[in-house]
Amino acid sequence: MQISHKIVLSGSAALGALATPAAAQTLDVTLTLPRMSVAEYHRPYVAIWLEKEGAPARTLTILYDVDKRNNGGAKWLRDVRMWWRASGRSLTVPADGVSGATRAPGTHKLSFTSGKGGMPTLAPGKYTLMVEAARENGGRELVRVPLNVTGAGAKGSAAGQFELGAVSAVLSR
Amino acid sequence: MMNFRKSLLLLAATAAMAMPQMAGAARPWMLPSETMFAGSGNEWLTVDAAISSDLFYFDHPGQEWQPVVTAPDGSTAQVENRTVGKLRQTFDLGIKAKGTYKIAIVNEMLMGNYMLNGERKMLPRGTTAATLATAVPQGATDVQTATATTRIETFVTAGQPTGTVFTTTGKGLEMVPVTHPNDVAMGEPATFKFLLNGKPAAGLDVVAIPGGIRYRSDLKQIDGKTDAEGKITLTWPEAGMYWVSVNSGGRRGPGEGGPGANGSGGAPGAGGPQGQAGPEGARPMGPPQDRATYAMTVEVQG
Repeated sequence: MQISHKIVLSGSAALGALATPAAAQTLDVTLTLPRMSVAEYHRPYVAIWLEKEGAPARTLTILYDVDKRNNGGAKWLRDVRMWWRASGRSLTVPADGVSGATRAPGTHKLSFTSGKGGMPTLAPGKYTLMVEAARENGGRELVRVPLNVTGAGAKGSAAGQFELGAVSAVLSR
Repeated sequence: MMNFRKSLLLLAATAAMAMPQMAGAARPWMLPSETMFAGSGNEWLTVDAAISSDLFYFDHPGQEWQPVVTAPDGSTAQVENRTVGKLRQTFDLGIKAKGTYKIAIVNEMLMGNYMLNGERKMLPRGTTAATLATAVPQGATDVQTATATTRIETFVTAGQPTGTVFTTTGKGLEMVPVTHPNDVAMGEPATFKFLLNGKPAAGLDVVAIPGGIRYRSDLKQIDGKTDAEGKITLTWPEAGMYWVSVNSGGRRGPGEGGPGANGSGGAPGAGGPQGQAGPEGARPMGPPQDRATYAMTVEVQG
């Protein structure tokens, strides 16, 4: 308790001039969905979640066919297989601030603020940001981005080979 | 890795080749079309069931097995479109409720022999407790029997895994999950506990083999042994459908005879000392030993 208190103090001291609410963290995730030259292309379902050893996985977002009638797009969520096992099957969709529409090929920036949607406040420690993309009649790929969270935040990047391009993440307060 | 015993695996393979009657190479299995369901209430599972040497291919005459499905609430669910073919059977199951379903095939046979007119005769194949009275002719004496229990299982889950289907009966080999069989992933250790007649099945060999044997040269078999509590921990090197099998009693050939080769196979009433390298000729007509087989198919995510 003492330690985290100190970190919060030093954090707010550093950002004091900005009058940010104490401990509000922002995680910016930049990811690239590669353009595919295939006969049949469907935008991938993409899940982003956080894992930490000994703690339950936290879904930050799940991008799927949210506009299908009767939430019919949810039927294929389990094809985002690693996410489904880690967190998806315990989540009810649509989930406010968590589920969203699929994205077109290109580079996208997604921001998560602690305390909103599925984004928790991250205490210092080693986390893994998991990004998994699954495409109908296409492939599936999981990219792990290690995030070593300190009082100053965290930075990490990784890249996929098939269904995901570069993935980077910056945690700041 | 500490559990893997490649050298023993080689030994076992050699022993199997040397002894045709141990065509125990035939592996009983079920293969579910999916193990993870969204839980919308109107999804379908289809299952193949077969006994074969290659996993998961159909290469051996099938069996008239009757599948029994336990729904997440503990009730029995009916399978549909069950078809028994020459090499396999298939059936469908509507996944209507959320939670874990158990699909099981349980077979209990009697093996044994009796004396008739001064000769010892074997009980016919396929004898059960119900048919024993008709299988033994009048005038037979000294009837000796043992039970062979085979249990084949697989599990599928709609939504989150539940534990209600893992009740045990105390008969044969049964699996009690420490790790839920629908919560296993590549690189992560998974622990299962085995019971033999309701008691921890200690010291039994466990084998795990990923499917797709036909098109690879390495069997990729993982070998281990249950500990004193009947537990085994397996770490899966790759994703896919794995066949996990445990046997007790009866299967060992004299050729293998290491110390304590019978493990705790514990055939009650089996007379002689264990691991007796004794006269092999007399063996087939010796007192029959209870044997139990368990096989489950688990999908490893990755």
